[in-house]
Amino acid sequence: MINPNLKLNPKLFDADIEQKPTRDGYGEGLLIAGEENPNVVVLCADLIESTRCEAFAKKFPERFFECGIAEQNMATIAAGLGISGKIPFISSYAVFSPGRNWEQIRTTIAYNDSNVKIAGHHSGISVGPDGATHQATEDIVLMRSMPNMKVIVPCDAIEAKKATVAAAKIWGPVYLRFNREKTPVLTTEETSFIPGKAEIFYQSRKPQVAIIGCGPILFNALLAAQELEKEKIGVVVVNCHTIKPLDEKTIVELAKKYRAIVTVEEHQVYGGLGSAVSEVLAQKQPVPIEFVGIKNVFGESGSPAQLLEKYGIGISHIKMAVKKALKRKR
Amino acid sequence: MEPLHEEKLKKLEEKANEIRQAIIRMLVEAGSGHSAGSLGMADILAAFYFHILNHRPSEPHWPERDRLVLSNGHICPALYAVLAFAGYFPLEELGTLRKINSRLQGHPHRGSLPGIETTSGPLGCGLSQAIGMALAARLDRKKYRIYCLMSDGEQQEGNIWEAVMFAAKYRLSNLTAVIDRNNIQIDGFTENVMPLEPLREKYEAFNWQVIEIDGHNMRELVDAVNEAVAIFEKPTVIIAHTIPGKGVDFMENKFEWHGKPPNKEEAKKALEELRTLGRRIKSEHQ
Repeated sequence: MINPNLKLNPKLFDADIEQKPTRDGYGEGLLIAGEENPNVVVLCADLIESTRCEAFAKKFPERFFECGIAEQNMATIAAGLGISGKIPFISSYAVFSPGRNWEQIRTTIAYNDSNVKIAGHHSGISVGPDGATHQATEDIVLMRSMPNMKVIVPCDAIEAKKATVAAAKIWGPVYLRFNREKTPVLTTEETSFIPGKAEIFYQSRKPQVAIIGCGPILFNALLAAQELEKEKIGVVVVNCHTIKPLDEKTIVELAKKYRAIVTVEEHQVYGGLGSAVSEVLAQKQPVPIEFVGIKNVFGESGSPAQLLEKYGIGISHIKMAVKKALKRKR
Repeated sequence: MEPLHEEKLKKLEEKANEIRQAIIRMLVEAGSGHSAGSLGMADILAAFYFHILNHRPSEPHWPERDRLVLSNGHICPALYAVLAFAGYFPLEELGTLRKINSRLQGHPHRGSLPGIETTSGPLGCGLSQAIGMALAARLDRKKYRIYCLMSDGEQQEGNIWEAVMFAAKYRLSNLTAVIDRNNIQIDGFTENVMPLEPLREKYEAFNWQVIEIDGHNMRELVDAVNEAVAIFEKPTVIIAHTIPGKGVDFMENKFEWHGKPPNKEEAKKALEELRTLGRRIKSEHQ
């Protein structure tokens, strides 16, 4: 059943569940952060509308900077702002930022410990028709491997808004990952969001496997959980929105309790959430782990649903991974 | 800024000579590092820290201070020496350059050492960080100015030209860049490796004010900075023509000295030359 304490969307499993892209949450979060703190500034690289900077730019024109198509410049300007008392948010597609400007982020933001927030939009394969050039499936590992950097992947628009507001209050570099497509709103305004804290969204009566996921793809994990229950396989589904710092305590507890883990993410399995989880468990509580994610290939054009299915992160793949993990369980 | 009197000019030239000697001692002790550019920038750095900048070495985070961003971080021996002479940290610490547990990293790291405004080394990133600081100063209605020292070689980085466009768009007149036009880079002369000329016209075409100076003439530098301060609506770049390895005859204008330190014998010779030069500065101004 759905964890009642979290006050998740009561329509979670209804066909008409509200759909909204996580990038909308970013735009709303920027407005709130901008109102709360006059030092919040926003930079964009010719993607004002699609990265949802419009409202902030309109409300705080003197605190918004259009950098043109120059992501390396945007990151380094933000670095200068961030060490001068400002809280800059830089907005572009994740393939370009933190993709193209990775070294600038490393040297001038992370190593500099500049208070910059990096918003990577249109992440994952669900960008769809634009094709593999615009599908960032390596950004989590790019950011996670960097000292001083924190990484948050919100699961819906409301959590995205909360994560954006929270990032402005967290000192130092933070990477926020957003998606293009409308996705189900899983949480409500009342749902607890604490950076660094994983939350159990769903729990069967007799759980046998823990599914740990991040991002909107978590919805697929929840649907898989329901279907698995019909086949008498119980699971817990955990929203692990903060990949760094990882909620090690919760993850070790899950491994101790259920002794089999499945990770789910819209990212390469090399280096993403699954890797982060397995790094912890290999050291502290070794158990079988199955990884649902993109398996060392580039995507292609297609509809988001087609792509998730073709590239192995559909509901059927999550179910299969759970069964595999169950088989390997001791 | 105070006017630069003859007496002060002499003091600055003597200071630059001391800095050059410190650079040689640091490099030979470290056993690696960049000689030519460090020596070539000694005059410019001395003029900034002992005359141009409004700063407080005893209070490195003084909010009203002028900021100097060193974009070409590899010439940090010169910056470290200037900062130590200015009183940011003890002179004795210069001997720890590039050694384990030292605050004097091989390339500057902000936060490791007082007076370092930005982490640098990877080229092409200083100007845009200086732009970020200039935007912050404007938002906060602060009067402090931002200076960015760059090498000529790093003008080959795309990030520089993205920054140049941005600074012109936002009319950042509180930002002044200085290019160390010494014509060398690791692989050879800039005009052979990847031609930069016509550099002046490039910046002018990007809507910057351009002033060219002899980078070893501190009076010209001070005048150029004063001119830059007086210009509104535009950022200014000062193209400072310098001699790489300046002050040490066998290093001057040789790109082979871009990225290597002197050995003990060479250091001894270099220091002798610099001491002679120091005595000449003293007598010339008398």
